[in-house]
Amino acid sequence: MSRKLSYREAMREAMHEALSNDPRVFLMGEDVGRYGGTYAFSKGFLDEFGPERIRDTPLSELGFVGAGIGAALGGLRPIVEVMTVNFSLLALDQIVNSAALYRHMSGGQFSVPLVIRMTTGAGRQLAAQHSHSLEGWYAHIPGIKVLAPATIEDARGMLAPALADPDPVVIFEHAGLFNVEDELGDDWDVDIASAKVRRSGKDVAIITYGGSLPKALAAAETLAADGIEAEVLDLRVLRPLDNAAIAAVIAKCHRAVVVDENWKSGGMAAEVVARIMEQAFFELDAPVARVCSEEVPIPYAKHLEEAALPQPEKIVKAVKEMLG
Amino acid sequence: MTVDHRAPPPPSGPVPWNKEFALKLLADMVRIRRMEEKSAELYGAGKIRGFLHLYIGEEATAVGALHALNAEDNVVATYREHGHALVRGMSMKAIMAEMFGKQEGCARGRGGSMHLFDAKTRLFGGNAIVGGGLPLATGLGLAAKMQDERRITACFFGDGAVAEGAFHESLNLAALWQLPVLFCCENNLFGMGTAIERAESQTDLCVKAASYNMPAIRVDGMDIVAVHETTQQAVQRVHAGEGPIFVEYQTYRFRAHSMFDAELYRQKAEVEEWKARGPIHTYTARLKAAGTLTEDEFLAIDVAADAEVAAAVAFAEAGSWEPVEDMLGDVMSPAGSAP
Repeated sequence: MSRKLSYREAMREAMHEALSNDPRVFLMGEDVGRYGGTYAFSKGFLDEFGPERIRDTPLSELGFVGAGIGAALGGLRPIVEVMTVNFSLLALDQIVNSAALYRHMSGGQFSVPLVIRMTTGAGRQLAAQHSHSLEGWYAHIPGIKVLAPATIEDARGMLAPALADPDPVVIFEHAGLFNVEDELGDDWDVDIASAKVRRSGKDVAIITYGGSLPKALAAAETLAADGIEAEVLDLRVLRPLDNAAIAAVIAKCHRAVVVDENWKSGGMAAEVVARIMEQAFFELDAPVARVCSEEVPIPYAKHLEEAALPQPEKIVKAVKEMLG
Repeated sequence: MTVDHRAPPPPSGPVPWNKEFALKLLADMVRIRRMEEKSAELYGAGKIRGFLHLYIGEEATAVGALHALNAEDNVVATYREHGHALVRGMSMKAIMAEMFGKQEGCARGRGGSMHLFDAKTRLFGGNAIVGGGLPLATGLGLAAKMQDERRITACFFGDGAVAEGAFHESLNLAALWQLPVLFCCENNLFGMGTAIERAESQTDLCVKAASYNMPAIRVDGMDIVAVHETTQQAVQRVHAGEGPIFVEYQTYRFRAHSMFDAELYRQKAEVEEWKARGPIHTYTARLKAAGTLTEDEFLAIDVAADAEVAAAVAFAEAGSWEPVEDMLGDVMSPAGSAP
């Protein structure tokens, strides 16, 4: 039986299930407890699971992310919530220099089974310091997995395999998705290894993830009205990338536009384009295009912010230019 | 704020331990000293590469402190950790092979001198980011507390780490949550080449730690008796659930920061003055004065240490290189393995 659920509710259910099923799981972060979670993902958890397992932290991103790594090394399965990717920069040392390296650097002796969740993305007039999309940075690092749930099913389903993974997993949740609702069936078992085609088409592949997925789907609808059938590939997992799925949509459509909210220079889309060149160059009928954020700190004013970010119209325009 | 770098009088007085224990600690200091001296030599010979940070001069701190821990306790250390690994129970062979970069090393040669790891003795590295171990130790303490385990975490770091945000965030969290963590600050007066008074507005490190509402104790890190007795009391309190404790061990490194250091930042006379209160010979003198140690017994300890070093070097020499095709192994766990 299917039911209607928001992204927020799906994520909350997923955490509730994890906390209920495994006593080693606990949630730690700024305002996850008494406040109920910055985005209300953990509302009511403190009363149900208590302050030991729903652990409010001070504003010490480096400290509590590192403590999450230590707790994972010590036998627990922490979910560490970093309020937003913007603040995760304060914790980057622990994520990059400890969590990601420990297994290899210790010769396989110490794994870090840690899940770090963080809100990402722009689009809510929060200005430059609260609007980063740095998934590409994290996806650069060997030793961690990087997930970007974009659908209700993935919001509900990705946490369980992330917690079951012996290695550190970073989950990016785009703030623009939290109130999105969709039908969810009874089976939300998903993997954290593969990309997924969200819309089938043959004329062009739009490759995207996270908060840009709804924009890509909206663009595909507009294009369909003009007789252009776009295939939309949701990457879902940003590290390791699903090379086969990327190659498959190129082999099918022979044209591609890569869409994400990173800046173009050295961003996630740059990596995807490079993979296309390496694997599927001779399948291409046109140069691959990118629709990314403008190379500017994300401005506050609404019209400027909208102009700085990928939008369905920009995607439509890129596709039409490509198809001539 | 000025800091007196001059060495206080050498440690003296009776040693309140039975002969077996007293000599065990002496032997461990000598083992570290001989291993480190040989490591310096091997660095010169090109057998050990990268950064090599020697613990010579500071032996009393690791030996005295680590002998106050139980086997089930956790240890988090820095990049100057060969001695800690050895005292904790890792074989000198595994340490030496690691420094050679051989796959018989404790971390298969992936980590080298700065990244000694040993799950068996619960040594969680070997961390080469100054202050990087403090949040980890806090988390290990949290795990022990939440799982009702009877283990504490001893976290070693230098005076340089006190300037890092990680120090302040970790002490705050550990005290706020009353975690079983022993913060062991090895204050050797220099963060690499920068003297403490050139780095800290408040050079009294105990004042800083105490501001996080935890007991802060200062001890002469060159005096193994004081180190061990003080640490043991602190360990008992942490084990009893009294929350974290900070111990500052005032020590001094006799050698350069690393093998690349020309030591332009300190006076030779200062080094010599500290060497006069070196942890091994002052302790040896105390044991001899009390009739606990004969010269023959000391020589036997020294000969045994030399033999252990020779065996470790031979083991490392005979070791093998990890095949390049195995290099990517353990970046991630093998597919299907459960945490």
